[in-house]
Amino acid sequence: MRSTAQQARRINPRSVVIWTVVALVGAAGWAVLALARGEEVSAAWMVAAALGSYAIGYRFYARFIATRVLRVDKSRATPAERLNNGIDFHPTDRRVLLGHHFAAIAGAGPLVGPVLAAQMGYLPGTIWIVAGVILAGAVQDMVTLFFSMRRDGKSLGQMAREEIGPVGGAAALLAVLAIMIILLAVLALVVVNALAESPWGTFSIGMTIPIALFMGFYLRVLRPGRITEVSLIGIALLLFALVSGRWVAESSWAGTFTLDKPTLVVWILVYSFVASILPVWMLLAPRDYLSTFMKIGTIGLLAVGVVVTLPTLKMEGITDFAGVGDGPVFAGSLFPFAFITIACGALSGFHALISSGTTPKMIQKETQVRMIGYGSMLMESFVAVMAMVAACIIDPGLYFAMNAPAGVIGDSVQSASEAVRSFGYSISPEQLAAAAKAVEESSLLSRTGGAPTLAIGVSNIFSEVVGGSGMRAFWYHFAIMFEALFILTALDAGTRVGRFMLQDMLGNVYKPFRRISWWPGLLISSAVVVGLWGYFLWVGVHEPLGGINQLFPLFGIANQLLAAVALAVCTTLLVKSGRLKWAWVTAVPLVWDAVVTLTASWQKVFSSDPKVGFFQQRSDYQDAIEAGKVIAPAKNMDDMHTVVTNSTVDGVLSALFALLVVVVLVDAARTCVKAVRDPRSATMHEAPYEKSRLVEPAGLFPTKEEKAERAALAAAGPAEGARGGGSGGEAR
Amino acid sequence: MRTVVRAVSWVRWYVRELTDESAYERYVAHVRHHQGPAAPVPSRREFERRRTDAREGDPREGFRCC
Repeated sequence: MRSTAQQARRINPRSVVIWTVVALVGAAGWAVLALARGEEVSAAWMVAAALGSYAIGYRFYARFIATRVLRVDKSRATPAERLNNGIDFHPTDRRVLLGHHFAAIAGAGPLVGPVLAAQMGYLPGTIWIVAGVILAGAVQDMVTLFFSMRRDGKSLGQMAREEIGPVGGAAALLAVLAIMIILLAVLALVVVNALAESPWGTFSIGMTIPIALFMGFYLRVLRPGRITEVSLIGIALLLFALVSGRWVAESSWAGTFTLDKPTLVVWILVYSFVASILPVWMLLAPRDYLSTFMKIGTIGLLAVGVVVTLPTLKMEGITDFAGVGDGPVFAGSLFPFAFITIACGALSGFHALISSGTTPKMIQKETQVRMIGYGSMLMESFVAVMAMVAACIIDPGLYFAMNAPAGVIGDSVQSASEAVRSFGYSISPEQLAAAAKAVEESSLLSRTGGAPTLAIGVSNIFSEVVGGSGMRAFWYHFAIMFEALFILTALDAGTRVGRFMLQDMLGNVYKPFRRISWWPGLLISSAVVVGLWGYFLWVGVHEPLGGINQLFPLFGIANQLLAAVALAVCTTLLVKSGRLKWAWVTAVPLVWDAVVTLTASWQKVFSSDPKVGFFQQRSDYQDAIEAGKVIAPAKNMDDMHTVVTNSTVDGVLSALFALLVVVVLVDAARTCVKAVRDPRSATMHEAPYEKSRLVEPAGLFPTKEEKAERAALAAAGPAEGARGGGSGGEAR
Repeated sequence: MRTVVRAVSWVRWYVRELTDESAYERYVAHVRHHQGPAAPVPSRREFERRRTDAREGDPREGFRCC
């Protein structure tokens, strides 16, 4: 299989020196992070460790996967080139596609997970974010992208059905839908927790709706297609809404926008239902533009801010909660729950849906899967590292006061201060009150969900660069708005996707459901989807044990199980295409991921620790109800019954997720064994080879050979070279 | 000076591509290339409408992640 003398590269001394230095920088970062005990460490070391490791992973491992495992073929035309229709299939410049793909995969997940995982200290989380992305997350994204590209952009569900079998395919589809419901509920819960009792935040987020409607009207009627211009107007209006939020909070209107959690839940459900049945152009499309601009802008600013200010980490490397597993933010020990909680920044099943969606239809060259698939995921992982930095630079006492459920720390600064002391940290009631005042919020206690904690960290970093401590409140609300903006967009888009899948399933029973223009079907299926995730949102808000504490592990398990499905599809495809020798590239992450998530599911279902195991929790509370007792943090019998119901539902759901994925894994294993026993029986659904006529570089910067190739092509005939290159030609 | 102009025009190109503002021109160029310079093309307004409405048909198109 090893191809001839071309592969025998000469060793270039300069590149040896450069890569040795890169490796040393990374190693120095890890050494300082790991060995520092009892003193504060600069975030610079974390950045060095992450970037050094990414560079090595990208240069060596990703290259190995692309050339030896996937055997990307630059002479093979991609779907974008073969099926070019000028609309959804078109060869897109690799740098543009990198931006597209990154904007599609980056969201609230990588920002929230690391913040919660910081309860175990910065070290376990950071190690998993960096090692996980290099060996698992980025591999999954790149390999899924490659196989979907070879199949004209087929979705993960379709690939599972065609390549594994109908049973595995159906289980995968059902798993995706169930996972979507939990995802939407948890994201909505993050927003509710961030906006509750915050007139400034609620007003400015509320204003995004008229702004988006205006932008939609502008694009539809006034100046169709002028996206940049309308986005700039939108951003200006958004910033104005943000500034005016402070005036509203200080005015007599403050009461109108000070909403408690149950009220916010109702508003969010109404919004999501209405938004999901309105035409795309009215709300969804303009919101998408706004949130993409904000996302890329804020993440860019954060990267600059972290590198410029290089703050010191106040959290310990490893806290006691890592070993014992009784942390207030989420229950469970380091293995498996730290991995479950980090989720998106290291390995995210949802990315497989993106990598097998729009991106494979736009890629110019097979060789670019490394840059687009692996590269974007490294960037996402760096976002997670920055979220970890933001969570760890704030005072640990404040961190725990913000992230422990109200049932644990009470609702006064005094009780919170005492509770924090019982965790082994200290913060005075005055300091807690001052921290809330600095960002102009009435209280920061039990602001669970990660977004507010991240916003505090971000406001610390940003205000050091721009505006000083006087700008803290502004930057805090800026960060809240930035997260809430794209979570609300995700609720709308996610409800639509869930509805689409539900309509497809119901269409099997009653035909008209499949017609998307059939209004009753649309309304019913939208209501069902919103109702399902709305139920979990409602439960999360009323959960005496803390909604995030109970639901976030379910979200993490769901996401990681989806990754297991994607990795199973990838492994099956490697085996079926006769690459058993290299199947470990996706099989090892698959085994690790399956062990982690199934262990977590097992513990969530069967653990005898009531903090971890849902059914143990259920029976403890049920017994207490029968004995007529109330167990804290429940305050009365109603709370007790709520806990019993919720634990039952959560427990059943954990078991269901695990079961669905076991079905997919078993079916995939069956297909693999069959393919190994009788290689000729393995049918592949790959699109046939067609020769590519495009010449495009593989990486960010063209190599000498690639430049020469392009020059040769241009000399041979200019018309050939221009084909499919689009308007990018002049700018290269 | 020339590098500044080049940088600005590159950024403009990049933003237009990233936001898909250039979709219409790309489509027109595509149609003209394959069906001759006189081929009929939709107006920009009509094209942009069709493009957003296509997302109605399959919301998975352009879906973003958590």
